[in-house]
Amino acid sequence: MSVLSSSVAAVTMEITAPKIEYGTLMPFILVFLVACLGVLVEALAPRTLRFGLQMLLTFGGIVVALLITVLNWLTGARGEVAVGAVTADVPTYFFWVVLLVFSGLSFLIFADRKLENGALAFTPQGAATPGSAAEQEAITARVEHTEVFPLAMFALSGMMLFPASNDLLTMFVALEILSLPLYLLCGLGRRRRLLSQESSLKYFLLGALSSAFFLYGVALVYGYAGSFQLSDIAVALNTSDQKDGLLLAGMALIGVGLLFKFGAVPFHSWTPDVYAGAPTGVTAFMAACTKIAAVGALLRVFYVAFGGMRWDWQPLLLIVTVATMFVGAVLGITQTDVKRMLAYSSIAHAGFILTAVTAASQLGTGKPAGSLSSISAVGFYLVAYGAATLGAFGIVTMVRDRGGEATLLSSWAGLGRRSPLTATVFSLFLLSFAGIPLTSGFIGKWSVFAAAWAARDYWLVVVAVVLSLVAAFFYLRVIIVMFFSEPELEATGAQPGTVVRPGWTTLTAVGVGVVATVALGVFPGPVLALAQQAGEFLR
Amino acid sequence: MSFPWLTVLALLPLVGAVLMLVVKGPRAKPLALAFSLATLVLAVVVALQYRPGGGMQFVEQVVWIRPLGAHYALGLDGIGLTLVLLTAVLTPIVMIASWNDAEERKPGETDAPEPGRNKWGPAAFMGLVLCIESFGLFAFTSIDVFLFYLFFEVILIPMYFLIGAFGGSRRSYAAGKFLLFGLFGGFVMLASVIGLYVVSARAGTPSYLLSDLMRLDIPETTGRWLFVGFMVAFAIKAPLVPFHSWMPDAAEQSTPGGAVLLAGVLDKVGTFGMIRFCLYLFPEASRWATPVVLTLATVSIIYGALMAIVSKDLHRLIGWTSISHFGFIVLGIFAFTSQSMVGSTLYMLNHGLSTAALFLAAGFMIKRRNSRQIGDFGGVQKVAPVLTGLLLFAGLSTMALPGLSSFVSEFMVLGGTFSRHPAFASIATVGIVLAALYVLIMYQRTATGPVTEQVREHVTSDLGTRERLALAPLVLLILVLGFFPKPLLGAIEPTVAATMTHVGVSDPAHPVAEEGR
Repeated sequence: MSVLSSSVAAVTMEITAPKIEYGTLMPFILVFLVACLGVLVEALAPRTLRFGLQMLLTFGGIVVALLITVLNWLTGARGEVAVGAVTADVPTYFFWVVLLVFSGLSFLIFADRKLENGALAFTPQGAATPGSAAEQEAITARVEHTEVFPLAMFALSGMMLFPASNDLLTMFVALEILSLPLYLLCGLGRRRRLLSQESSLKYFLLGALSSAFFLYGVALVYGYAGSFQLSDIAVALNTSDQKDGLLLAGMALIGVGLLFKFGAVPFHSWTPDVYAGAPTGVTAFMAACTKIAAVGALLRVFYVAFGGMRWDWQPLLLIVTVATMFVGAVLGITQTDVKRMLAYSSIAHAGFILTAVTAASQLGTGKPAGSLSSISAVGFYLVAYGAATLGAFGIVTMVRDRGGEATLLSSWAGLGRRSPLTATVFSLFLLSFAGIPLTSGFIGKWSVFAAAWAARDYWLVVVAVVLSLVAAFFYLRVIIVMFFSEPELEATGAQPGTVVRPGWTTLTAVGVGVVATVALGVFPGPVLALAQQAGEFLR
Repeated sequence: MSFPWLTVLALLPLVGAVLMLVVKGPRAKPLALAFSLATLVLAVVVALQYRPGGGMQFVEQVVWIRPLGAHYALGLDGIGLTLVLLTAVLTPIVMIASWNDAEERKPGETDAPEPGRNKWGPAAFMGLVLCIESFGLFAFTSIDVFLFYLFFEVILIPMYFLIGAFGGSRRSYAAGKFLLFGLFGGFVMLASVIGLYVVSARAGTPSYLLSDLMRLDIPETTGRWLFVGFMVAFAIKAPLVPFHSWMPDAAEQSTPGGAVLLAGVLDKVGTFGMIRFCLYLFPEASRWATPVVLTLATVSIIYGALMAIVSKDLHRLIGWTSISHFGFIVLGIFAFTSQSMVGSTLYMLNHGLSTAALFLAAGFMIKRRNSRQIGDFGGVQKVAPVLTGLLLFAGLSTMALPGLSSFVSEFMVLGGTFSRHPAFASIATVGIVLAALYVLIMYQRTATGPVTEQVREHVTSDLGTRERLALAPLVLLILVLGFFPKPLLGAIEPTVAATMTHVGVSDPAHPVAEEGR
């Protein structure tokens, strides 16, 4: 390891033309390029062609990027690339594949034009004041913001770079690339625009603050280690003659920035508001993909750079883990809005994922040979959770009343009788969230708890198991409401939601969610094996 | 590879359940019944091929999830066979007895018991029953801990919908409570299942096969903790005081058929799990926990019986009697004598039969009067003599009258327990007296005395052909097994002997090997 890092240091000293491994980086570059082309399409192509062109670019780009990633994984292109700015190792490829697949699925939800009578679920004109004549005009003229596709692709490129970064500065840049388009996307809801804009502003203000924390942390760690490179920081932990104070403060601040994006308690308070206010497709994208990118970066920074300091960060992260599970599970019970409920659910799942992150089973002596490492467990969990989350939000877009999506839980009452198939599918996702066997969520829970147990965090497993039950309770409540309750509309003023048949794109996303949830519950072997390959970072 | 008997046996009802999604209308019910009867036939065929004393038989074993060490592994021993037969017998009976319980309301008919009830239709009811049968059969034949755990958990879901969609007025509450208790047990057990994996992975290749895990050398403290996880889950399912409180509610709110499956099949997974997994995987911890478990079992026997005496609701009463009976079963298992353990296994079967008869007979009575309250009845025997006669028969079987099947098992449990733990056995014997009280008081209040106004108005008919057809096989089996339990004992005894050897205990009559080795 030290040989590698010193050779990298030597390369940077000589100031030669930087060598960029375009082949290895191609998936990321391609996604970024497609986003740039998308902007050009918006500027140059006639309005009628834009949607088709954007679809072609977006999905074509994602498919090609996916193929190249798989090819790179198989041909074994490994190592630090782009002068040590990015690490291409198996976890990177794993995260890239998962990110590309899930963002593709969420863009399918974006692309549905049937639910809103031939228009996208985004506001026709973001600049028009909600309720103004200009807005009305744009609606009647059937104007569409097809810019959402390039914006989302920019966000995706940031997400791909985030867990692959090998130095803290690249990581910060990636953080900004992924965040800024998301802030914008959150504010583009077609219905309930004020809520949507409020969520955008909240996300932006808090997100900007957390980015500042992250950057401050990076600066302090640089002060300690004299390098942004993760491997150099790892070396400096043993050799630096600086005071530990810089390092500890820097580590904590970096942790704050990452945990904010991940939605962990106590940095979670934006999640319910933003998830509820943002257009549902964007919420799905954030819930599935941002979490993957954030936890990938969290794992890399804390395992590769700060692995040697784990005795210092593990206790704190343990508290965060328990608090995250607790807050997500307990506050989830009291929610009356489906999207907010799913937001708290995502917080609870962040907590379950953190049980494996905290355990760091491969860093200590905890991991028995042949079993799953923390990274593998997290990887599998993300796949299971992401598939169910995308499917669940896909269903949320379909249950509607006159005002758009009917997200109040009370308007879902009796859905099981009005639309048994939809309600059954949604129940399947909820059962997966709850961790019932024969769904992917169960194997996911099993993996992360096994990683924690292997690291001898027995009591953490027990706490997690008890809080799983609390979380299961609120999923159960939704099932009761859907199947066993009569709509009580007078009391709440809600209208009964009915299922509107969406376009093929949303159906595909939901369908893939169903298949993945069942298949990964019954035959998780292949994906577990892939996750097992991605069990260790390259240092 | 030989014919996969067990897979076919357990999958057959599931196929039927899937068909229930497609087949609607009047053909659904006969089709479901056909599937359950076919399963029964298959179970009998398997039972006839079973060689007593031949160890684990009909073994099928395929690696399923390699990284987890999970296998798709099924096998049958004497204890499993008993419960497979019980499940296969009870399912068609439940279907016949519940034939009209799940009918959709006809348009214009307004006197349905509660709003929202029975909108699901008979196909859904039959489908859920078949699901429970299939999952139960899988659980009773699994010889891989992971596979068993899956079905142990998943069986909760169809039962949840069976209570929640077809039960009484507080069905939603009862179903939720049932599921939460079950899930709690499941999650606690999950921690232990994961712990087993880590222990097994440390020893080399992870494997969840029962036969591999039995060879593991689990450290004492770890073993005890893991045992507690399994035991809590099984004690919730069995149910044992103090984990029992879901049972009276669930029994009260279920349809009679649902309650039969609950007490007859689902809860048996708990006691079965104690023998198959607690004793086999953690012999040392099982011996260590004996005093506590025996105490809880005895408390269950007495407390369940006392609560049954004061119950005002027929279903609730039977639910409490089940808690008392599960106390006997657990007592017999953890007394560690071959007599008591054989008795317990037989008890599981007999409890299934007699409780089924009791629930169904009471259900037929309730259906006529449209009330579960004991106080709403009186003098029914003058109006419906066959019905009350069968109710009394089922009640007598529940209180273990000599000559009926449950007498054999209850006697064996108490006799076996007495030889090692006379104190516990003596206290448990009080349970028999209490049993006579709750059965006879219930019978006296409902069936004897002057015919009340409401009973005369509502109970207008005695049992019909379908209802007699549902109860007849149960009565027959209770009588036959009361006088001729030998073939079953022959199948159970070698399995119990093997279990005892593994746990490292032998009957107290032998002077050499005492407990506490």
